[in-house]
This record gives sequence, structure tokens and C-alpha cells, in this order.
Amino acid sequence: MMSKPMAGPGGKVAGVPKGKRLDGKCLIRVIKFFFKCYPVLAPLTALCILFSAGVSAMPSIFIQRVIAAIENWYKTGDWISAKAEIIPAVIILASLYVVSLIAITLHTQLMAYMTQGFLNKLRKKLFDGMQNLPIRYFDTNKHGDIMSHYTNDIDTLRQLISQSLPALLQSIAIVTVVLSLMLWFSVWMTLIIVAGVIMIALISKKFGGGSAKYFIRQQKATGETEGYIQEMMNGQKVVKVFCHEEAGKEDFDRINDALYEDSYRAHAYANMLGPINMNIGNILYVLVAVAAGFFLLSNFQNLSISGKAFHISILVPFLNMTKQFTANVNQVSQQINSVVMAMAGAGRVFGLMDQQPEVDDGYVTLVNAKVEEDGTVTESEKRTGKWAWKHPHSDGTLTYTLLQGDVRLSQVDFGYEEGKDVLHDVSVYAEPGQKVAFVGATGAGKTTITNLINRFYDIADGKIRYDGININKIKKSDLRRSLGIVLQETNLFTGSVMDNIRYGRLDATDDECINAARLAGADDFITRLPEGYNTMLNNNGSNLSQGQRQLIAIARAAVADPPVMILDEATSSIDTRTEAIVQRGMDKLMEGRTVFVIAHRLSTIMNSDVIMVLDHGRIIERGTHKDLIAQKGTYYQLYTGAFELD
Amino acid sequence: MIKRLAGCIREYKTPTIITLILIVLEAVIETFIPFITADLVNRIKAQVPIEEVIKTGVFLVALTLVSLCCGGIAAFTCSKASCGFAKNLRKDIYYRVQGFSFENIDKFSTSSLVTRMTTDIANVQMSYMMIIRTAIRSPLMLIFSVVMAYVMGGFLATAFVIVIPVLALGLYFVSRKAMPAFRKVFKRYDRLNESIEENVRGMRVVKGFSRENYEKKKFSKASDDICQGFTTAERIVALNTPLMQFCVYFNMIFVLIVGSKMAIESKGVALDVGQISAMLTYGMQILMSLMMLSMIYVILTISTESFKRIYEVLKEEPSLHNPENPVMTVVDGSVDFEGVNFKYSSAAKRNALENIDLHIKSGMTVGVIGGTGSGKTSLVQLIPRLYDVTDGTVKVGGKDVREYGLDTLRNSVAMVLQKNVLFSGTIKENLRWGNANATDEELIEACKLAQADDFVRSFPDGYDTKIEQGGTNVSGGQKQRLCIARALLKKPKILILDDSTSAVDTKTDSLIREGFKNFIPETTKIIIAQRVASVMDADLIVVMENGKISAMGNHSELLEKSEIYREVYEQQIYGAGGEDDE
Repeated sequence: MMSKPMAGPGGKVAGVPKGKRLDGKCLIRVIKFFFKCYPVLAPLTALCILFSAGVSAMPSIFIQRVIAAIENWYKTGDWISAKAEIIPAVIILASLYVVSLIAITLHTQLMAYMTQGFLNKLRKKLFDGMQNLPIRYFDTNKHGDIMSHYTNDIDTLRQLISQSLPALLQSIAIVTVVLSLMLWFSVWMTLIIVAGVIMIALISKKFGGGSAKYFIRQQKATGETEGYIQEMMNGQKVVKVFCHEEAGKEDFDRINDALYEDSYRAHAYANMLGPINMNIGNILYVLVAVAAGFFLLSNFQNLSISGKAFHISILVPFLNMTKQFTANVNQVSQQINSVVMAMAGAGRVFGLMDQQPEVDDGYVTLVNAKVEEDGTVTESEKRTGKWAWKHPHSDGTLTYTLLQGDVRLSQVDFGYEEGKDVLHDVSVYAEPGQKVAFVGATGAGKTTITNLINRFYDIADGKIRYDGININKIKKSDLRRSLGIVLQETNLFTGSVMDNIRYGRLDATDDECINAARLAGADDFITRLPEGYNTMLNNNGSNLSQGQRQLIAIARAAVADPPVMILDEATSSIDTRTEAIVQRGMDKLMEGRTVFVIAHRLSTIMNSDVIMVLDHGRIIERGTHKDLIAQKGTYYQLYTGAFELD
Repeated sequence: MIKRLAGCIREYKTPTIITLILIVLEAVIETFIPFITADLVNRIKAQVPIEEVIKTGVFLVALTLVSLCCGGIAAFTCSKASCGFAKNLRKDIYYRVQGFSFENIDKFSTSSLVTRMTTDIANVQMSYMMIIRTAIRSPLMLIFSVVMAYVMGGFLATAFVIVIPVLALGLYFVSRKAMPAFRKVFKRYDRLNESIEENVRGMRVVKGFSRENYEKKKFSKASDDICQGFTTAERIVALNTPLMQFCVYFNMIFVLIVGSKMAIESKGVALDVGQISAMLTYGMQILMSLMMLSMIYVILTISTESFKRIYEVLKEEPSLHNPENPVMTVVDGSVDFEGVNFKYSSAAKRNALENIDLHIKSGMTVGVIGGTGSGKTSLVQLIPRLYDVTDGTVKVGGKDVREYGLDTLRNSVAMVLQKNVLFSGTIKENLRWGNANATDEELIEACKLAQADDFVRSFPDGYDTKIEQGGTNVSGGQKQRLCIARALLKKPKILILDDSTSAVDTKTDSLIREGFKNFIPETTKIIIAQRVASVMDADLIVVMENGKISAMGNHSELLEKSEIYREVYEQQIYGAGGEDDE
């Protein structure tokens, strides 16, 4: 495989600097994005929430009225007169309730609809953006880490949008309304409650801080445990072969115990917050009752916006409001945690979204071509089997160059990291139809060369020309379309075998796919699969052997029918006997194409038109098999090493 | 199943029970508080002396403080109990897997074992916490509140008789309808995540074929599909809130009208202002309890799958057993296969190995060659008893492998697996897997023999170089050589290399084999290889085809009698299909 940029210090180049983006900006961006997605529905929902929150804070006024009425009439027991006061108040309340119920139904339904829609849009945006990122991003970031954007991070946003934000909005609205109502009834009593709430806030902060500290530690411990489990499960067979079970258990116990220590503390802090705050609320409730009693009995002068004096009719709604108030303050404090988590999640999600996409300023495109009798090339709408490069020039003229597969690298230098060149002064000329092979030790730069031809990476110095055109001018997707690529590490996709082959050319018919499979020598084993070409592959084709997967990958490249092919250890896992069978097909496949072959097995490449021997990023020998044998250099040593064993 | 899982609570039974007791206490106090507050309100209204009001107040605060202590301590013990339960489950699964045979491991895939030990356990932990905190508390609160409401409010409590069944039924139907919808979409959601992973892993293929837009479309469709599924499910669940709110509202209005009527008509005897206020509180408590119960139902149904998946691992019986009186020493490195048939699982239709008779003398070098799926790996895996034969016997050192203690056998038979792994840690630490007490000199010696010493020394940190998880910072060939060195450190009687030098260049490959010959002559070496070159100097070469031994002999014998061997040899030595390019 390619030299591992993953291991170097450059590993973090493309990653999001952790913890740096933890500011409110990302949060605001999430909310903005949400409102942009639903410019009408989102504000409507917010209105509904505010309205229903307001209504649920209202009853205090009505309770106060009803109780005042009871106080007025209970001594006489005159229900008829009382009714005249009570019923209208209750009717107003009831009608408010009806409207509020409608509002609640509306906003909960809308919220369910919008949350999922929003996540869907976000997911798609993230995925779409990711498709346009350069290969470098995928080489320098751990796959598990990229994945967690879609799972953990999006999950924190789901929590934020569907629960935290509505709950916060609602609580803040209720708190505001209740606070004004309380001031309406009595300023003194309100002060008691405010003092209590400040206490709740302080305690929440303390516990929240403790909980946050341990949650971070728990997160780390969880990561460690999962990493260990992942590694040991992956290497379980090795563990058994080395009888390493007991040693592994010891390590596991240590890590597992550490996780327990951190996680129970984190949960304890978080869980204690609830009962503590709730009971402070209860104490407050009692305090308010006692204080009110004191005020009432001592004829203390009330201070209130309404100018009402202390009266039992104030006390009952006030007690109710105390509960409501503290419950909602609790609610806010509980949401803080998930808001903080969502901030971190949003930071990471936007970090991925903001990644610089692969720059593609190529303007030369690949089109279907028709060759007129006089030799001129014109563009065709239909698939003709011939292709041409459509090249617009700065003076406004258009030229068509027939696609032939002539690839030339001249004096190319390249390094995955600045200052660390992997290739030095590499020149390769591949004429149409030629088979060019690269031989060399691991890390010599073989794969790197192919990474440059299809512009997975851009060269630092030198030139690469394709049919005489600088590949920097060619649109990347068109460039890659003209290059078939088969890699050592085969990646198949979930779907049938047929789907996987068709991946090479989406409009290929079943017959074309089967023909390609025959060419690749894959037809034989595919037809023996339980459902032949319709056999479903999942988990990267785990039900197939590595060799069989490679055969499918070759068929996939064959159906694409590209003029240039890159085979990077494409047959390494196919045993030599099968390879000999495949080889015939492969030879046919390679006929008339320019092919770059990388292989350990010299038998695979011996018949190449030119063989390049690479060492530490330099071409040290080049020539045909015969030339190189005659040279008696490195190739000769490699070759003879293969069968002159002793 | 529940019994088996509950067995993992072990030392966390005490915190669990303490939690339950404290929570019951808390619930009792909580239902009493409104009762006493009602009394307080009535006293204030009756204008009793201030001392009495304060007395009741102090009593109430004291009660609340007790409740606070109960709640606080319960939160602590409950966290301990649930995290401890999760810890024990993780440990039990891990230990269980350590006892698994290869057959057991094949049955569960690696990733599924990882999910069971991470996500599933996290789910179980959450639901256990929920259960001990609320499963008892909520029904208790419900019952207490209803009783207290009747004691206080009498007829007024009828409101609850109307509201409770309405809410309970409503919640039940919502959960009933929503759960299957959720389960369906959760599965699809997992698949979506798998397909993202597939995309990330296969990015070179995606870009190589310029399939970015195709992938986007594919993803968009799957994502839309899931969005729709989730929306349907979420919208059903979203009905809970208006339903609950309706009950709250109904309760409020009922209490206000009926309560005020009762209070006035009875002149405050049957009911007073304080009771009205308390009835509102009880109403809330009852409805909240019902809501909690429905939540428990939802959480339990979600985590049932997790419970089941964990249980599957715990109940899996290891398919290999140590003999009762194991033989503790392996005399020599001879290997005998006698009439061996083998299949990977009893359900398999075809034998992976058929009719194998093979006798290897101690110290021999044996090459095994054959096409993909011909049974090479299956053959050698029987020697360290990674699997048990279906018929016949495999003998090592003259004794049936089933008579040895597994550790004894596997310490004498070192096998370098085809799919090999290094673990995160330094190179030294990895090598010491072979022998924990190996001296540095021994490590270097083994590495020299495996041709790994040179490149290890070329690293800046030499033998202390850190290996990344999955061994990503060494090349394939280097990894293979380190794995060989690791196996050599066991000083085995039998060394098996299962295609372990495929990524090593031919020159190094031959140096390794030369080293084996000169430095560990008495060790039996069994080498599976693709390259004829790797086996052609062996004392005995076994050619495998379709699970059978197709031919045996040394190089020159096989050239004569085995067509397959000859074909492979010629093809590898003289180039593809024997053609030359000119």
C-alpha cells in the first residue's frame, strides 16, 4: 500500500483540533441552519411553544380568582352567587386550554417532523461534502473518527433540536411569565423564591461541573475500553494461539475497573442533581407558605404590582407557581449539559463540513467521440466506444483529442508531507497499449506513482501529461473515468455481485457484466455461489475469499472498459494456478490498453513492455525483462532470488 | 435469561437494594408533603398563631431534608449499582470469549462481539438505572397519590378515576404503535451507518470510478427512507405530550369547578382551600408517574434486543474442552493425521478436509501448496487444535491432540496465522507475547532469524518503537516478519507458517528459510505458501486440492507425478502461461 501518511506527525493536519471549536458560534450556526431549512415552520413552532408555555403559566390568575370567590362565599355556602364569579373564569381558562392543546399538538408534531427532516438534510450535506474531499483526508483521519460524525455527533444535535431547544424555550417562557405574575401578586414573596433559585443555580453549577469533569473522564475511559475490546476481539485468534487469555484478562480488568470508577462518579453527580434541586424546590415551597403565613398573620404591608394586599387567595396560586418556577429552572439546568455536548458535536460536524473540498479546476472533459472519414474528431451524443478530450482554449476555440492512453510523467517529485519527498525525479513514458510495471520493496513509491496519475494527490514538481494534455487541466472525474483501477485492498459494496460489477459502469447490461466477469475469470466461482450473480454481498463481501473479492474487483474494472488501467497488486491474493487462468483473461483485458501494473510476483509482470525498478522513490532500473536480466542489477537479483533458492 | 443476567449483579446487589429502599422512602415522603402543606395552608387561613405555622413549617422542612438525603444517597448507590452491573457484564462477556474456541468465534463476528460489549451494555446500563430508580417508585407514587387524594379530596379524587385510564390507555397505544416502527427503522439506521463506513473505507474505489454523485444519490435515498421511518415513529410518540397535557388541563378544570362547589356548599368542611391546592399537586404526581411508567415500557422494549444479544454470548458454550487428565508435555514435533475428515460446522454440507493421512517426522520441513479454498489452512489449524476433527485423529508427539492441555499443546505448536495482528504497544511488548520472560538478547536473536532485526533497528526507537493499533505503521512484510519472530520466541516444537511471508520479498523469504534450517533444525516446520520457491526445498511437499491431498513427495518427485505441481511450478518460474513477451 501507499506509504503511510497516517503514522507521521501530519496525521492531524486535516483533523479538527479538538476542543478548540467549543464556542457558541457553532450552536448559532446550527440554529441558523435549522431556521434556513424551515423558514416558515420553525418560527411557527416557536410561536406555538411560546403560546402553550404562556398558557400553562396562566392558571395562577384563575386559581387566585376562584379561591378569592370561595373565600367570599363559603361562609354563606352560596354556590349560586359564587358560580357567577367562578364559572366565567373557568370558561376563559378552558378556552385558553383548548387553544393551547391545539398549539401543543401542532408543535410536537411539527417538531417530530422537522427534527428528522433537519437531521436528514444535515446528514446528506455532510455526506455530500465528504464525497468531495480529497483522498488525503481519508488517509489522514481514522475511519472510526469520521464515522462518529454521523453517529455520536449528529446524535447530540438530534438531542439539541428535538429536546433541549424546545425545552429551553418553553422553560424560559414559563419562567418569565411566572416571574411577572409573582411580582404582580407580591414582590416580597418573589424575592424569597429568587433567592432559592439562585441557590439552585449555584448547586447545579457545582454538581454540573463535577459531573462534566467525570463525564469527560468517562468518555476517555470508554474510548480506551472500546479500543481495547476492538483490538482484542480482532486479534482473538492470535490471543488463543499464544495462550494469552489470562494476561489479556488482567489488562481488561484494569481498564474495565477504571471505566467503572469514572462512570459511576459521573452518573452519581448527574443523578444527585435531580433530587437535590427538587427538594430545594420543596423547601422553598414550605418557606413560601410559612412566610406567607407570617405576612398574613402579622398584617405585613404587601408590595405588589397589582397593589393587592396579602390574602389567602394569593397564597395558593403562589405555592403553585413556586413549584412551576423551580421545576422549570431545574429543567433549564438539566438541559445545559446536553447543550454543551451539542456544541462539541456541532463543532465537529461543521469541522467536517468546512473541510476544503478537492480542488478541481480542470476544464478539459471527456466526451463520446466520432471519427469522421477525413480523420477529424467530433463530439457524439451516443456511446460510440471511442472517447475524446474536449479542450476549450483561452482564445475560444475548441479542440478534440482522441483518447489514446498515452501517459507521461516527467521529472516528478512528490511527498505526502512537506519536505519529505517520497518520489524523486521520476519519469515514466507509457505509450498507448503498453504495459508498464513497477517493481520494488514496500515503501519504494510504487503505489504513490499511481496515486499521482489519477490525481488522488497532486505532484509537487514536474509534469504529468495524458494524451499530451497536462492532467491538471483535465476535470478530475473525467480523468478518473478514463482510468480503471484495481487495488490490493478490495472494497466491495453492499448489494448483489451483479451490482458490484456494474459499479464500474452504471449503464452496463447484465450481459456486459457477465462478460466482464468471464474476462476476469470470476464467472466460474460466481455461478457456483448460492444465488449466482444475485448473491448478496455485505460487510465488504466477507462471505467471499480475498482472492474471489479481487476477481470481482477486476471484473468491475473490466466492465468500465477504460483505456488506461492501474492494477496495484490486483492479483496478489489469487493463487498462482488461478492466476494463470485469470491471466489469459487479464491479457485479453489488457490488450490495446495502457496498463500500469504493480506486483510482488514477478511472474505477473515479466511480459511487460517496460519494467521500472523503484528504490526509495527513484527509478534505478528500467527496461524489458530481457534487458534487465542482462543488466544483472537489482531486478536480476530479485528474479534469481525467486527460483535459485540456495 | 433474566436469571442469568441478574446473576451478573453480584457485589452490586447491596447498592441496588439500598437504592430501592431509599427510593420507596422518598416516594412516601413526597406524597406526604402536599398533605401536610394543605394542613398548613388551612391553618394559615384559619389565622392560627404564628408559632404553630412555624412548627408545621419546621416539620415540613425536616421531612424534605430527609427526602433529600434519601434521594441523594439513592442517586449515588444507583449509579454504583448500574455502572457496576455493566462492569460485571462486560467482564463476564470478555472472560466468556476468552474461553471460546475458534468455532465459537466464527459464529459471532468480531464486530458483533464488539457491539455487544459496548453499545448493548451501555443500553443495559441505562435501562437498569431506569428500572431501579423508577420501576418501583412510579407505581408506588401512583398508588400513594391516589390513596392520599381520596383521603383528602373524597369525591374530588374522581377526577383521577376518569383521567388515569384515559392516559394509561393512550400511553399504552402510543407505545404499542411506536415500538415496532422504531425497531424497524433502528435496524435500517444501523445499515445506513454501515454503508457510510463502507463508503469511507472504499473511498479510493468511489473516486477511482468517479462515483461520487452515484454514492450521493444512493445515500440520499437511504437517508430519506430512514427520515421517513423515524418521522412516522416520532410523530406517534409526539402524541404523548398533548395527551398528557389534556389530562393536566382536565384535572385543573375539574378541581376548580367541583372543588370550589364542594368547598362552598359544605362551608369548608368537606374541602378547603388547602385541599384544593393539594389536589392539584397530587394530580401532577399521578400523571407524572404514569408518564414514567410508559417511558420504562419504551426503554425496556428498546433494550430487550440488547439484553438478548448479551445473553447469547453468555450462554454460548465453548466447543473445545480441556481433557480431565491432560498430558502436560509434548515429546517431539512429529505430526500424524489419521483418516481425518473435517468440517467447520455440523451444518456444513461439504467437508473442508477429507480422508487426510499424513505423517510428519519431528524436525522435518514440510511445504503445503494448493489453490484458494483447497484446505491448506484447515489442515494446519487442526494441529494446535484450533478446531477439532470431525472424524479420525490428529496426533502430535505420538498422542492425540485432544489428550493434551490446550496451553501445553499450543505452547509447543507455534502458528503464524494468515490474518495476523500486532497489538498496540512497543515492538518488544509484542514480541514478548511469545515468551513473557524472554531477555533482550533472545528477542534480538528471534528477530535476526525472522529477518526483522535490521528494519527494527532502522526505526528511531528501535525495539521500543510503538506499534499503532492494527499495526498500521509497519508495512505488510515487516508485520509478517515480526509475527514470525513472535512465534519463534515460543521455542516451539512445531512451527506453522500459514502463508506468512506473502508480503516479504523473495530474497528475504529465502533467507528466513535458510535460517530455520541452520538454527532450528529440530523444530518441525510446516510452511503454507503460494510461491513454489518457498516450498521446493522442503523435505516433503503436500499438494492440496478440494480438501484432499492430491500428491505428496519432494520437489523432483512431484515434478514427475503431480500435474498440478508441475503446472504451478512452470507457470511461476517461466512466466505467465509459459509465454514469453517476445
